[in-house]
Amino acid sequence: MDLKNLFRPSTMAVIGVSTSQDNHPANVIYNKNHLRYPVKTFPVNPKGGILNREILYKSVGHIQEDIDMAVIAVRAEHVPKVVEQCIKKGVGGAVIISGGFSESGNFDLQKRVVDIAKEASFPFIGPNCLGIYAPDYVDTFFLPGERIIRPDKGNVGFVSQSGGVLVDQMVKFAGQGIGVSLAVSIGNKAHIRETDMLDWFDRDLATKVITFYIEGFEKKEGRKFIQKAEQCSKPVVVLKAGKSRKGIEAVSSHTASLAGDYRVFSEIMKQYCVAEADNEYELTSFCEALSCYPKGINANVGIISLSGGHGVIAADACELYGISIPAIDQETMDIIKGKLSPGIRDIVSLENPLDLTGSSVDSDIVATARYLSRDKNIDCVLALLIPYSPGVSTDIGAKLSQVARNEDKPMIAYVPNEDKYKIIIEGFELNNIPVASSVEGAVLMAKALKRCRPC
Amino acid sequence: MLKKNIKEIMEKSKLSGWVLEPDVKALMKLQGLDIPDFVLTNSFEEADRFFKKSGGPVVAKAVSKKILHKTEHDAVVTGIFSSGQLKIEMARLQKLEGCENILVEQMIKGIELIIGAKNDYQFGAVTVLGIGGTSVEIYNDTAIRMAPLKPGDVYSMVESLKAKEIVKGYRGRPGVNMEKLTHLMVGFSCLIMEMEDDIESVDLNPVICTKDRCVIADARIMLQRS
Repeated sequence: MDLKNLFRPSTMAVIGVSTSQDNHPANVIYNKNHLRYPVKTFPVNPKGGILNREILYKSVGHIQEDIDMAVIAVRAEHVPKVVEQCIKKGVGGAVIISGGFSESGNFDLQKRVVDIAKEASFPFIGPNCLGIYAPDYVDTFFLPGERIIRPDKGNVGFVSQSGGVLVDQMVKFAGQGIGVSLAVSIGNKAHIRETDMLDWFDRDLATKVITFYIEGFEKKEGRKFIQKAEQCSKPVVVLKAGKSRKGIEAVSSHTASLAGDYRVFSEIMKQYCVAEADNEYELTSFCEALSCYPKGINANVGIISLSGGHGVIAADACELYGISIPAIDQETMDIIKGKLSPGIRDIVSLENPLDLTGSSVDSDIVATARYLSRDKNIDCVLALLIPYSPGVSTDIGAKLSQVARNEDKPMIAYVPNEDKYKIIIEGFELNNIPVASSVEGAVLMAKALKRCRPC
Repeated sequence: MLKKNIKEIMEKSKLSGWVLEPDVKALMKLQGLDIPDFVLTNSFEEADRFFKKSGGPVVAKAVSKKILHKTEHDAVVTGIFSSGQLKIEMARLQKLEGCENILVEQMIKGIELIIGAKNDYQFGAVTVLGIGGTSVEIYNDTAIRMAPLKPGDVYSMVESLKAKEIVKGYRGRPGVNMEKLTHLMVGFSCLIMEMEDDIESVDLNPVICTKDRCVIADARIMLQRS
């Protein structure tokens, strides 16, 4: 199944545009793409007519040009007919926004649409979904452009069963400066499902991390998903909803009662090195960390802080998430001590977590990061930077990024997410070093690398 | 050969919905997994000969289609040290509801594990490892992996248990023979893959592990409700 026409369309028909309702989903989609995206967009309404001085096509068949993709936003009962028209016209795929299918008990209607599409190898997303947000290409979310916060173009691919969760996550990504390559709300996932999306993202050069919000799989679909994830060359992150045990019938064996649906899901994700995030905040941290470092680590972190308190908070979080803080070689400590400014040599603590104190300057932090990275016991450096410390310059992000690159060991930074410190944050992020906005967030990023496959 | 045996045993057990202990153990033995020496009989003389030959304490259990959870019906007697005790217990067990036979087995002491399997709706056959006994649900200290298992999975399962130190050997006590445990779990997970469509779940509980052996001391298969 070729999904290129769906995700990288040059031409698009929006079917179901209304002449009377400005806020009809089809109108919102038509307007935003027509005005703000490079995709050439054609409005369709069976009754014809005129909208904003544009002539409405009576059917997709009436459009002269080839159509890569159609957005279908007509009433559920008309969807089979419209899909047939799209197939006849040779459209490359569709996003079916319309609701009123399996989610409201209309299984037969949904099956009819799937049967028609499958017979013609016609891929479609949905129904009952928001569809596709492909930065620089197309946006079928029926939310007015001025109301939503969109992340920039980036390298995270996101697939969600829920449109609402997807939009929420977009806001969080944008806030953390995480960009997406493609975000898809698959709704009832009647035809294109998680496994198809995994195939697409695995081959997509713009995507480095593949993320899923999953409510549930069909019979044995989980096995298929995990087998694909195992073979996939990129880190896979999941957020699972529907974890509670309610509704599980009484079981008669120990095993059946111990292996509830969610525990099975979660343990199997671990078995195959799929990073399961516990909640949406973790998901955000995981995506940021894995988009910078696709390789796994054992999570033996060396922590550099400028205040004892930050080091202790980080150490507590490390213990909570199963991340170890190994002892540093005496030799490493001696070298670091020799490189520090004379003024702080006798007041620092070089045991892990290292406390360089508020009197340290850039060169102390850089030297510590360099030699800590070379310690064989450490496979990841957490740099907890408090930018209000007087000796820290605005160049510290860029300087530490150089160290991380030269030493080839993952570095994760913590800098408070304030406009004032943007220059430091960008110094890291533009050099592909992930920055967390809390100490715990930095530790969660290390957890993500631990959960990702070791290679 | 194995497939034919599986089919026969499954067919036979369909009515009750679960497979009796001696039948499950027969399947496990065919798969090359370790079970205790046993005799299945209603004759005290035969049981006594087995007891004397085995030279150590034995366990006696009632085999009954009516008794799913044996402990709850007092249908298991461990630590039988004398012929006299064996005679009294056999007579009592034979009076339990639906008792067809008495299973007399050598008694092995060691670390008790539960090894289980389930046909999961989303993932198919999965295997479970935990500390065994009758209180497993209370501690809920288990590791779950998708079947079939690779040897490395068994090590990571042990590593992820809270009670991993018990499995590895704790306070001078010997731990579990990991090679034998791996052999058992990998073999079991392959067997489960073959039976996947027929089963709802399998309990091998307890599996008794010493530094030399991992022996399936009790077993039960719950069949898929059709």
